[in-house]
Amino acid sequence: MNKQVISVQQLNKHFANNHALKNVDLSVEQGEMVALLGPSGSGKSTLLRHLNGLVCGDKTLNDKPSNGYIEVLGVPVQKNGKFCNTVRASRCQTGYIFQQFNLVTRLSVLQNVLIGGLNSTPLWRSLTGRFTLAQKQQAMNALERVGLADFASQRVSNLSGGQQQRVAIARALMQQAKIILADEPIASLDPESSRIVMDILSDINKKEGIAVVVTLHQVDYAVRYCPRVVALKKGEVFFDGPSEQLDQSTLAALYGSKVTPTKSIETNQPVPRLWAQTA
Amino acid sequence: MNSAAADPLSPPRTSWFTLIMWALVIAVLSWSWQGAEIAPMKIVKDAGNMAELAADFFPPDFKNISYYLEEMLITLHIALWGTLFSIILSVPLGLMCAENMVPAWVYQPTRRLMDAARAINEMVFAMLFVVTVGLGPFAGVMALFIHTTGVLAKLYSEAVEAIDPGQVEGVRATGANKLEEIVYGVIPQVLPLWISFSLYRFESNVRSATVVGMVGAGGIGVILWESIRGFMFPQTCAVMLIIIVTVSLLDFGSQRIRKLFI
Repeated sequence: MNKQVISVQQLNKHFANNHALKNVDLSVEQGEMVALLGPSGSGKSTLLRHLNGLVCGDKTLNDKPSNGYIEVLGVPVQKNGKFCNTVRASRCQTGYIFQQFNLVTRLSVLQNVLIGGLNSTPLWRSLTGRFTLAQKQQAMNALERVGLADFASQRVSNLSGGQQQRVAIARALMQQAKIILADEPIASLDPESSRIVMDILSDINKKEGIAVVVTLHQVDYAVRYCPRVVALKKGEVFFDGPSEQLDQSTLAALYGSKVTPTKSIETNQPVPRLWAQTA
Repeated sequence: MNSAAADPLSPPRTSWFTLIMWALVIAVLSWSWQGAEIAPMKIVKDAGNMAELAADFFPPDFKNISYYLEEMLITLHIALWGTLFSIILSVPLGLMCAENMVPAWVYQPTRRLMDAARAINEMVFAMLFVVTVGLGPFAGVMALFIHTTGVLAKLYSEAVEAIDPGQVEGVRATGANKLEEIVYGVIPQVLPLWISFSLYRFESNVRSATVVGMVGAGGIGVILWESIRGFMFPQTCAVMLIIIVTVSLLDFGSQRIRKLFI
């Protein structure tokens, strides 16, 4: 049996009057690669931010305790709209990739990767920046993995968007994350960089067997890289199943009727079947 | 709809509001003119006095130059330690004044405290410290320290409030604790500005340190005050020239250093 790594129960979130997440239940098992789809404002990024304890869910729902609960890798993250005191322990095991990379731009590439090791470093070392040789070696290995070892001493602000996103992935590797949450990792990237970033995420998922949850705008990337798709619409889980089952009518209902087939990622790749039906 | 008012080509219309505002500004200015007893005619009338006084200043008397330079050096020592102490204290206090770092019940009282430290001039603090720690340079160091902390903490906190929160969130998402978030997410972003502010304050503290001596808090100000009081104007002139040269050199030097960090 596969171990459950993410468990979301009855999660609700309001931003002022906007009900961003409505009774969301989600379960992800070890080794899965899940795409989180949905139109803009559907709540997919909000859900992901809840998973890492960057946002807290509603405390009450209709004047009753909300009963919202999130657990990642068996560690409680938040309950009834309050962070559990284990939230940092959960973040330590979770690699989080942001759309805008969220690297510290004035630090070097290597220093940014080492930030991933902060949680396993004693405070006197981390506050004085005295990382061990083994840690630096580990950071270099992570950079090697994403193909950026030659850039280790460069300042992050000198890197392109695609390279910065790979540094962010190296930071997650440095964390020795047991699970990776990626929030629109390729939304600000060009097609070639997008492909590289998704390939790396997919490779980590396959080799290390760690679960990856990735929110995406492009359906074709989701279908190509992720065996399972969870689609949100107006804060509710609209679809949850194998990506092959995501047919044209489901997508039309998800995104509204104005969906036009997008081009496939690479011209030499066969167009995914679901688009072929409409072509 | 009045389309004429929206026409960008029509000449601007002077509203009553604008007129009233201008009248108010002029009223405040003329009131202050009377309050400050400004009398430009006096300058013309007393021009002879001034010329006489200015003539007394020249030629400057550099007989005691080694003593002057020694005291100028002490003035720099006062400014250096006054600034350094305040930099050390302003790092935590600046973070405690920033509303994106701490809750309101922390930053509101801290800000008020810094307001108080800033509102009182160095000279006033110098007089108070002369009473408590006695005559001498240390009173000057303490005076500069307290006042500059009020200024630097505010400047530091404004830099902190302008940071990109995403970078801090990136550090937080790795499971780092609050202190590590600050050291790795906040400080790298604000460091160039903090260095620039600190150097600027060092420059102005050198200027301030030349006058705290007038109330007995050490440094070249003591000589300046004594020579002015003793009507020894050639000596006064020499001291003023030394101050001008030193301050100019330091301004020039710190400008160079500042450029390295931005």
